[in-house]
Amino acid sequence: MTDSTLVRSLHYLLHVLTALLLPPLIPGLINRVKALMAGRQGPPVLQLYYDLAKLARKQAVFSRTTTWVFLAGPVAIVAVSMVAALLVPFGHSPAPINFQGDMILLAYLFGLARFATVVSALDTGSSFEGMGAAREVTFSVLTEPALFLGFAALAKATGSISLSGMLASPGFAISRATGPLILVLAGWMIVFLTENSRIPVDDPNTHLELTMIHEVMVLDHSGRPFALVLYGASMKLMVLGALIVGPLLPRTSHPWMDWAGFYAAMGLLAVVVGLVESATARFRMNRVPQFLVAGLLATAFAFFLLQA
Amino acid sequence: MILFALALLLVAGSGVPGLWLRTGGGKAAAWLIGLGALSGLAAAGMVLGGAAPPTLALLHTPLGTQGFLRLDPVGAFFLVPVLVLPACGSAFAVGYWGDQHESARRLRLLYGITCAFLVLLTAAAQALTFLLAWEGMAITAFLLVMAEDRDPETRRAGWIYLASTHTGTLCLFAAFGLAAGAGASFLFGPVAPGLAATPRGSAIFMLCLAGFGLKAGVFPLHYWLPPAHAAAPSHVSSLMSGVLIKMGILGMVRALALVPDPPLWWGALLVALGAVSGILGVAFALAQHDLKRLLAYHSIENIGIILLGLGLGTLGKSTGHPVLQALGFAGALLHVLNHSLFKGLLFLGAGSVVHATGSRDLERMGGLARSMPVTAGAFLAGSWAICGLPPFNGFISEWLIYLAAFQGLAFAHSHWPVLALAALALIGALAAACFAKVFGVVFLGEPRTSAAAGAAEAPRAMRTPMLVLAGICAAIGVLPVLVGPALARAAGAAAGLPGPADLGGLAHLGALTAVTLPLLAAAGLIWAWTRKGAAPRAGLPTWDCGYAAASARIQYTASSFADELVTAMRFVLWPQVRWRRVLGLFPSQRSYRSHVPDPVLDRVAAPCLGFAERGLAVLHFFQSGQLPLYLLYILITLVALLVWMVA
Repeated sequence: MTDSTLVRSLHYLLHVLTALLLPPLIPGLINRVKALMAGRQGPPVLQLYYDLAKLARKQAVFSRTTTWVFLAGPVAIVAVSMVAALLVPFGHSPAPINFQGDMILLAYLFGLARFATVVSALDTGSSFEGMGAAREVTFSVLTEPALFLGFAALAKATGSISLSGMLASPGFAISRATGPLILVLAGWMIVFLTENSRIPVDDPNTHLELTMIHEVMVLDHSGRPFALVLYGASMKLMVLGALIVGPLLPRTSHPWMDWAGFYAAMGLLAVVVGLVESATARFRMNRVPQFLVAGLLATAFAFFLLQA
Repeated sequence: MILFALALLLVAGSGVPGLWLRTGGGKAAAWLIGLGALSGLAAAGMVLGGAAPPTLALLHTPLGTQGFLRLDPVGAFFLVPVLVLPACGSAFAVGYWGDQHESARRLRLLYGITCAFLVLLTAAAQALTFLLAWEGMAITAFLLVMAEDRDPETRRAGWIYLASTHTGTLCLFAAFGLAAGAGASFLFGPVAPGLAATPRGSAIFMLCLAGFGLKAGVFPLHYWLPPAHAAAPSHVSSLMSGVLIKMGILGMVRALALVPDPPLWWGALLVALGAVSGILGVAFALAQHDLKRLLAYHSIENIGIILLGLGLGTLGKSTGHPVLQALGFAGALLHVLNHSLFKGLLFLGAGSVVHATGSRDLERMGGLARSMPVTAGAFLAGSWAICGLPPFNGFISEWLIYLAAFQGLAFAHSHWPVLALAALALIGALAAACFAKVFGVVFLGEPRTSAAAGAAEAPRAMRTPMLVLAGICAAIGVLPVLVGPALARAAGAAAGLPGPADLGGLAHLGALTAVTLPLLAAAGLIWAWTRKGAAPRAGLPTWDCGYAAASARIQYTASSFADELVTAMRFVLWPQVRWRRVLGLFPSQRSYRSHVPDPVLDRVAAPCLGFAERGLAVLHFFQSGQLPLYLLYILITLVALLVWMVA
């Protein structure tokens, strides 16, 4: 018994370390893939770690319009992502915290981070940041139901209403409910790209404030608050990524092999995102809702397929 | 029961000392209501703690009454917001509606009497008592709305409210009459099994739904709510939105508890109405420019969420699925309490803003967080809670309803919960959008007008009630186990289960605390780390992309923030936009005006009633206003009756 407790705590320790240390690697991987596709050398894979270390030492500058609310966004996104990472199973090992209904908490935690980021953007009084904030909340109206319909389909398919049961359930293989699973994951991929402000919804590298969503909301952040924004965004990328790769992972014979599989899958996800970004352009802003509706429809169809 | 009666008397008489006192009448009223609230909360606490429901038989009517008033767990659960909110509202009124207002005395007296009727209603155990308290509440609330009756807009709102509340009461009379005709007693005893499936049962259900739905503000019977809430003084709006409309829900819960075998379509209809009410409520809220109208539309949204819970619970009852039943009713009841707390808080916050700026128009505000930090903090807490974001109380009740929907999907093999699920997710995202807009435009950025720039923080009498309500919202949100046992008992009674609902086994409220406490700790640590690396404020302006001399008017406004969503939903909202296209170089001054009228009141009811009024103008011929003519009518009627009796 003590042995299994020890093993479990080792798993949890690995989970926490993964959640805290791994995230900045993923944007690095994505950028490296994009650079290679464009025939460039590109920045080092560890670039985001260097950026964070540098920003943490820099002094922050605050606009005279801002209040304490301005800091709420950066603080909330990191705090929320830390806690959310404890709710999501990484691969097949159950999450450190799991209970019935934890997926609702997960969705609302990210809702909280979004609300705080939007309010913190509005605190600057800049019309550009207001524009980004308005877009962020507009698109979330379509991603939130898509996320929940995906949860509904998975709950129906696995008979479980907890993330660890839905995503890391031992009985749930690709062989059962293949069609709905593909649809859910396709829908969630759209949610994933939108929530993490990637191409084709948002372009993190564009140079024009008018066309941005997430980047324009954090224009006035600098120093440590900006480091938090970048770190939090990379954590969100990994936590939402874990939702997508979880059901796809084949179950191996040994729990430590499952971890290796999880890391490989996260790397693969980063490569896929990099390829998508290299192959497509950003949509025009008024086309984005159609893309999101496609995600919503995919998850809704997944649910209806399971009903039939 | 003595405690309950004491609470009733103290609250009812709270405005009386103020009739003679030259000053300090408001404080006296606040103290009296506060004392009454304490004694009433003690009574409610005993009932929710498991004591036998006390009864009070004041008179034995020929109807065979054994208990005139009976405080059961459901009533006790509703009694908590009914007492907490007036206590906070009357304290708020000391700073907000002081003795310099000519209507201050009248308003205080009526406020106390309205609250007393509300208290009475929670314990009414007999049809006659219930209807008496219901009418008393409706009429005194009408007088409260009419506090500023010199304003034509207020008069219009008041009359619309009066007409609709009486329509609702008529429906209730019909429903109670039909129920009595079917053998049910006036004592709220259980209905005979099988009655619910008959046409008469359906008629009773639909009449109850209409009567109680009009009070609760269920779409499309919500039309009286936005004008009345906007016109009333803020502490009255807080009372109406927080408690008074919940009495419609109390009625529905009472009626549903009596039926042992509701047909499946009852629950389905409740879920559908909840989804429509919730989504349209928040959609119309998003399009409003008037702070208090916006909050009123959010009440419609939250009533929708409560109906989703009630509907899921009823579905569980019909299909014999006790988990769904317990979770649905528990979520609905907790949302009743939560919505009272945070909506009461938001209306008080709105009152504080209106008090400081003299306007309800969102576009005339901005930057109030610096001049009114306490109001801003309390309003942010309320916004946080109403969006259902952890760690505030709104999340707990929405979580229970979500859990009910997931349980229904995964285990009860019913299709309706998915509607509830999708609707809740959509409502949550829209509500967050709406409150980001409200908080951002009112409290953040630069002041848009000189009135907003000159705003000052509210006096302490107004700040304290807001902080108390915000504190309760946070406490329930972080430690939901505090309300767990009381909720389980009330939900068990409302769902018609034999004992308290087994909430502890169904929903891990403790697990939520286990997540929110680390969240708060992490946020605190990160906050401290960020503050340490911050430079003193250099007083630099916001980055404006190189534009020189940017004014506060180029900020994103409430309309521009909501524009994308309003345009996307224009098929539902039908916004009226008047503007002229900007053409050529150096265009002259242009104006832009947008307005979203209420779909039922302004688009359907007002035109139809106007048409009917013109049609019935013929009858004006008989209404000449001359006394002899009326005497003649009476004579003719008498003669006609005489002839009819003889013949």
